[in-house]
Amino acid sequence: MAETVTHHRELLAERDAHAPVAHPDHATNTGISNTKLAMWLFLASECLLFGGLITTYLLYKHPLPGSGPGPHDVFDIPFTSASSFVLLMSSLTMVLAVSAIERGDHHRLRVWLVGTALLGATFIAGQVYEFTVFYNEGLGYTTSRFSSAFYTLTGFHGVHVTVGIIMLVSLVLLSLRGRLPEHRSETVEIVGLYWHFVDVVWILIFAVVYLIP
Amino acid sequence: MALTESRPLALPSGEPTEVEFHPIGVFERPKSKRGWRSWLTTVDHKKIGIMYGAAALFFLLIAGSEALLIRAQLWSPRGTLLSADAYNQVYTMHGTTAVFLVVMPLGAAFANYLMPLQIGARDVAFPRINAFSFWCFLVGGIFLNTSWFLGGGADGGWFMYAPNNGVLYSPSHGIDFWNLGLIMTGIGSLTGAINLIVTVLNMRAPGMTLMKMPVFTWMTLVTQFLLLFAIPVLTTAQFLLLFDRLFDANFFNVAQGANPLLWQHLFWIFGHPEVYLMILPAFGLVSEMLPVFSRKPIFGYPFIVFSGVAIGFMGWGVWAHHMFVSGIGPISVTTFSLTTMFIAVPTGVKILNWTATMWGGKLRFTSPMLFSIGLILMFTLGGLSGVSHSIAPADTQQTDTYYIVAHFHYVLFGGAFFGFMGALYFYWPKVFGYMLDERIGKANFWLLLAGFNLTFAPMHVLGLQGMSRRVYTYDAGFGFEIWNKVATIGAFTIATSVLLFIVNIFLSRKRAKDLPPPGADPWDARTIEWMVPSPTPEWNFDPIPTIERVDDFWYRKYGEDENGNLVRVAETDEVVQHSDGKGVHLPSPSYWPLVTALGLPIIGYGLLYTWWLCLIGGLVVVAGLYGWAMEPPDDPDAAHGDEHGPDDETLEGAELPTREPAAVAAAVEEQEAETVG
Repeated sequence: MAETVTHHRELLAERDAHAPVAHPDHATNTGISNTKLAMWLFLASECLLFGGLITTYLLYKHPLPGSGPGPHDVFDIPFTSASSFVLLMSSLTMVLAVSAIERGDHHRLRVWLVGTALLGATFIAGQVYEFTVFYNEGLGYTTSRFSSAFYTLTGFHGVHVTVGIIMLVSLVLLSLRGRLPEHRSETVEIVGLYWHFVDVVWILIFAVVYLIP
Repeated sequence: MALTESRPLALPSGEPTEVEFHPIGVFERPKSKRGWRSWLTTVDHKKIGIMYGAAALFFLLIAGSEALLIRAQLWSPRGTLLSADAYNQVYTMHGTTAVFLVVMPLGAAFANYLMPLQIGARDVAFPRINAFSFWCFLVGGIFLNTSWFLGGGADGGWFMYAPNNGVLYSPSHGIDFWNLGLIMTGIGSLTGAINLIVTVLNMRAPGMTLMKMPVFTWMTLVTQFLLLFAIPVLTTAQFLLLFDRLFDANFFNVAQGANPLLWQHLFWIFGHPEVYLMILPAFGLVSEMLPVFSRKPIFGYPFIVFSGVAIGFMGWGVWAHHMFVSGIGPISVTTFSLTTMFIAVPTGVKILNWTATMWGGKLRFTSPMLFSIGLILMFTLGGLSGVSHSIAPADTQQTDTYYIVAHFHYVLFGGAFFGFMGALYFYWPKVFGYMLDERIGKANFWLLLAGFNLTFAPMHVLGLQGMSRRVYTYDAGFGFEIWNKVATIGAFTIATSVLLFIVNIFLSRKRAKDLPPPGADPWDARTIEWMVPSPTPEWNFDPIPTIERVDDFWYRKYGEDENGNLVRVAETDEVVQHSDGKGVHLPSPSYWPLVTALGLPIIGYGLLYTWWLCLIGGLVVVAGLYGWAMEPPDDPDAAHGDEHGPDDETLEGAELPTREPAAVAAAVEEQEAETVG
């Protein structure tokens, strides 16, 4: 008995000493890196944020009679469709950027990142233009329950796109300074996750806000 | 153009760039791990856990004082201590402080300190984000409480129902402070949740599968998932309210056809999971303490884990039981009545498991054990009155009376707080290296138990007699006087027992100088956090243990003979770690999480008073983030030629150039130019 016990203890000590986890970042239990998993979790929680805002919009989409314009008095669906198309195309350029860095093509990476940022900026410019037109047609932020809900929902999305553009520009700057080598391509991929998420949310918002009568 | 061969514009990649880093001035990382400055810059999960605990105890004194004010006001009919307005502020801030600044951070304190230790990790996944989470919580809490000096606290109840939360009914800035302060603590909770979930899922010691994790770690995981999904809903609701109050939006403006029920739905979709995320950490802690003091493994480990997970899921399906009298309609009421009854099942499973754990065990009635048993008893009582609330017709009578005040205090004070108190006694030696006095601890327990029951048991009676909650006074002649007096005496008894705990801390510390140190394993415990010396060294484990089964540490000490009896196979001293931590490198401290978080309240004050403060706050946040990203790299690999990573193993046979320390450092610098977290 005593012998086996001693043996057991030695085994335990040996086992601990050779545990391949001195640096937890080298291998994770799930095989997904910490940063990528964190981004997935963050996006999961963002679903609830937009869920709350979309629900609020659905509840308030019709203003009380006589309290300013309603959704289909102001919406210019062809215009918004065009800017939605621009935003969706930016997901394509984002994919191309990720693929470029995985191939080690740093020139193309920067081209596609700048392209994605420009497409995003075009979308934001479209939103600013749209808001200005709506305002001139008498739809201020405080006009009705519909106007508050509409501007808050689309505004939150716009802020998210803007943050995404800042991240894309930071990536370009990092790449220009040589701080974005292939083995860190995951950074681009993670920003891509965020960017695709913002696009997917826009598909929902576009459908719910503009298309459903 | 051949992409892979000639890349004229491509910068050197793959192979390390020889970039020398010359940190200047503020960009230099703080190095000191001692002194008060180290607490401001720490990224060590243990120090952050201690700070969460200290801040929570500080806010406990505030919330407790507010509770005593309430009870003093209700001592006699037509009390005149507080005006109606002041009373509204005091009970609102009591609830808010107790929920967001005491119970939640106590859970965070234990999660931060214990969870990485229980899974055998060096730290959490993102140490600097961890510090940032704490500072967000602290600045949010302080910001919220500064409202007392700037025109009065929030006065709409911690649930802040619309339309009472509008400018019309609450013109002071109190509710704005409530909104902004809780958005700040919310940022902290959300980043903390992401951090802790990643840590549990990704950083477990070898061999520790999910079903070998300690129960507390499991409950932390469930809790953090609840936070992850609940906090954004509250934040949404708070933004809507904030825009209503500051920018005249119409979300809760009934004149514009707004629906006040929107607030209730959003609030309780957050608020009910919130209840479970307050109680689950305490459940986890009790599941750690009971087996130790019963000298038996936890009964039905998979059941206790899965009932926790089930509570987590089902917590989302019961929010409308807070709204039975708000006119949501008979179908909703029936549905939520049923789901609420069902959620009693997994909770009952846990009670059964704890009882069965004690059954036939060699019980030791230490202070942690007493508090654990107290939790089981008090929580069971609270659970029973909870079932009576799930019956909609009964709830219609009980809601908004003191009966429900009694119910949720039995659940959250008798449940969560008893668990945390027990765990404070249990883990104190591990954290601070000295034991809390057992005799004072027992006195503390009995006083708390007596005071608690004196305070809240009579409230059941008061509620059934029809005394309304949230009303600043009552008239004589309804039979309320006697029970209110009992409750007030009870509240002051609770205060005495909390003071006794604080006395215990200082007295035991003084006495401990003459006593032998408690050692790594003072309770003969089961889980691996007891394998490291007390107080826990900064590097946690060296080496990281390999886990074979649940309660791995216990089975390193004890085995079974042929008859299945418990026999000691090793002395505790042989299985605990004796390491000086040489060769273990940890992330350096950093100023930036604190700087970034300090920008938030400045933005908050700016929104309420003057816009240029917003600008300054925004600049502080941006500067903080910039400093954070540009901080000189600091990588554990840099200083020691680490040769046991998986990469090195594959390279072992090959002829490797000797790795000069400088080259290694440069390589690492390049790789980890922006250390995450």
